[in-house]
Amino acid sequence: MPKLTIEELEKLRERAKKQTFLRETTDYRAKITVHMGTCGIAAGAREIMNAFLKEVQEKDVTDVLLTNSGCAGLCSREPMVTVEIKGQAPVKYVDLTPEKVKVIFEKHVLGGEIVQDYALGIGSEKTDY
Amino acid sequence: MEDLSLHLLDVAENSLAAQATRVIITLEINTANKTLRLIIEDNGQGMDKQTLKKAVDPFFTTKKTRRIGLGLSLLAQAAHATGGQFSIESKPGQGTKVSTLFYTDHWDFKPLGDIPQTLLTLVLGHPEVELIFIYRRDDKETIFSTKEVKAKLNGLPLNSPAAIPLIMNHINKAMNL
Repeated sequence: MPKLTIEELEKLRERAKKQTFLRETTDYRAKITVHMGTCGIAAGAREIMNAFLKEVQEKDVTDVLLTNSGCAGLCSREPMVTVEIKGQAPVKYVDLTPEKVKVIFEKHVLGGEIVQDYALGIGSEKTDY
Repeated sequence: MEDLSLHLLDVAENSLAAQATRVIITLEINTANKTLRLIIEDNGQGMDKQTLKKAVDPFFTTKKTRRIGLGLSLLAQAAHATGGQFSIESKPGQGTKVSTLFYTDHWDFKPLGDIPQTLLTLVLGHPEVELIFIYRRDDKETIFSTKEVKAKLNGLPLNSPAAIPLIMNHINKAMNL
């Protein structure tokens, strides 16, 4: 086996740190993933991320993790987010606008009630790359 | 893509998908020459020669979720439309560097857009990654670094809601040239 260089060791350390961080994030009650592929970004995903951010700040919520991931494969239904409440099946919301974000945040993220009108599917979604 | 800040978000997301632990973004505006340079450099997994050749082909992608890959080709097109340049260098295991040059007085030059919002989105989405943003306008330079912000947070994660005002403060300071 070839010897590891300092740079390679550094990368391994960073990767391990990243995994530790991911484990730590399980303390959150809810996770909102905004899908940020080229399709999502072109359709307004950053604005959607901003709208969720505004909700988190305005309502002073500290137990919700806001993050992003890549394209989920349904480019024509972007902007799209996946909402995961701890212990419940993930829900994917499609064709989003900042107005819809407000409703989803209040009803689903804070109230626990799925907004069926905006949801695409429940239970089969993954948020990893 | 409506503006350059969205292109930046898109290409930087590629770096993060390539498991980069450090991303350096350089934005260089030269008002005398009427040019804008945008460089995105990462230490991610990089690409071999064959993949690199196909990277700007819109009908090529390494992703499994879809069969087209528009991100880099759209950025290249946006730069070329102004009479500018686009180049990409990459080595497997070492990282990738995307460099663009735009002529700002060309009528096809897209607006810069909301760079602070793009940086905040990147930080929140990938708090484990070290993000460095270097902003140069003529002879002036400012730097935003997540390492610096982290040092002030005393262990509080970068993506915790309480950290957002501090991150925005640092980003806005860096943009204020």
